[in-house]
Amino acid sequence: MFDFSDFTSWLDTVLLRVMPEWLTILVECVLVALGIITLYAIFAMVMIYVERKFCAFVQCRLGPDRVGPWGTVQVVCDVLKMLTKEIVSLRKTDRFLHALAPFLVVTASMTTFACLPWNKGAQILDFNVGVFFFLAVGSIGVVGILLAGWSANNKYSLIGAMRAGAQIISYELSIGMVMLTMICLAGTMSFSELCQNQAEGGWYIFRGHIVALAAFIVYLIAGNAECNRGPFDLPESESELTAGYHTEYSGMDFGYYYLAEYLNLFICAGMASTVFLGGWAPFVIPGLDGFNEVMAMIPGFVWFLAKVFFVLFLLLWERWTFPRLRIDQILTLEWKYLIPISMTLLVLMALCVSLGLTF
Amino acid sequence: MNAQDIMFVILAVFIVCSAFATVISRSIVRAATYLLFVLLGTAGLYFLMGYTFLGSVQTMVYAGGVIVLYVFSILLTSGQQEELRSTSLKKTVMGLVIALVGFGVFYSVLWMYGFPVQEFAASRFLNSPDENVITMQTIGENMLSTGKNGYLLPFEAVSVLLLACIVAGIVIARKR
Repeated sequence: MFDFSDFTSWLDTVLLRVMPEWLTILVECVLVALGIITLYAIFAMVMIYVERKFCAFVQCRLGPDRVGPWGTVQVVCDVLKMLTKEIVSLRKTDRFLHALAPFLVVTASMTTFACLPWNKGAQILDFNVGVFFFLAVGSIGVVGILLAGWSANNKYSLIGAMRAGAQIISYELSIGMVMLTMICLAGTMSFSELCQNQAEGGWYIFRGHIVALAAFIVYLIAGNAECNRGPFDLPESESELTAGYHTEYSGMDFGYYYLAEYLNLFICAGMASTVFLGGWAPFVIPGLDGFNEVMAMIPGFVWFLAKVFFVLFLLLWERWTFPRLRIDQILTLEWKYLIPISMTLLVLMALCVSLGLTF
Repeated sequence: MNAQDIMFVILAVFIVCSAFATVISRSIVRAATYLLFVLLGTAGLYFLMGYTFLGSVQTMVYAGGVIVLYVFSILLTSGQQEELRSTSLKKTVMGLVIALVGFGVFYSVLWMYGFPVQEFAASRFLNSPDENVITMQTIGENMLSTGKNGYLLPFEAVSVLLLACIVAGIVIARKR
């Protein structure tokens, strides 16, 4: 199987030959950062197109189809529009916090984006506490949303921010529980080890059978809520709050929220495919060697992207099928149903692992 | 200076500036935001030392938990942009005295400990941080062991404390 670390170590040795160590590290950091930002932008555009087409499909419409073949250039036009729009500055607001808030949201989102394992040897942030680090950095985004709502000096923004805060903090709990369930099965938190284990022994959703499947469903529900998307899109419900916490943002400042929202969905799907569906690990059936070899011929990043888009399909399906909930229904769903369910799953998984009932 | 020293200096300056901004700032939400930067900078120091677990805990508990709680409670309690009123002379003097006492205590503790600088520099322990110096397994086993380095009793005591907090919260918030 193609190992990306061959390429990175080759680059490292070449750079070390021509420049001192600190400069090498700096150059590599800049290259990696450029790579992340480019991928981030590209996937944001892909996501916007997919979302529009899928939404149109569910609602029996055509979606964008005027600009370019099947409306594909529409997204590029939208991005150019967003980049060139005027940024309105507000009076009687805290300018500094107002300008800072979108960057906090985007930074948190980009750092979690950097945790995804794209291919064998192509993970950027790979600590031994990977999953925990992912959850920790993801929780900084809430501060950005709360600050955005407060600094706009607008009641709709403030209500939207409060709703977003309450919702994200609540649903983080069940995401953490579900992750803990899977870590209990995996025995490691490092993303590279998670993928490697699944490449060798099969995906965790099969190895953890019923419990892992239930955990996957809980993750899909909580993940949609964590990204502030329907049926949990109360923070920005356009019929009551104009646009929620980003009502007062214009131009690219608004664009950052837009970007972060779509990419958070991508990251949520990426995490589900890493923890449950094996990340870059190919689909193998023990015993069928010929089949397994054919599967291993497909490069890892293709597997990863295919799984991510499969999970995205499930998330979008969920988003466009259910009607929006009320805030008390959202909190009831989390605190009275999802948390007890995920706690039970954790105990069940611990029992299964200790009794040897997993594969 | 190697790359690690440069990063340390950047982080240290960032932390000190943010800490000053936290105390000087008049707007209470801004103070909370600068405090967030101080805590994130501290997490950065842990990552620089290779203690990824501690860095993640710092980010999760302080940046993601405590600061969110602060901002939330500020949003729920204060009205419009509530600025801190200018302080009286008595408060300024009291603040200075407390700051000096605090500085004295910290400095004397650090000075009395007498860090073995030479030994640290000689060992590769701090020079090239490795996140596998203390593995996750060690942390987990010590957390739940009753042995010499075990933390089971504090762990359980904290969980009882948290349970008491949850029960108290429900008692305050329930409908009568």
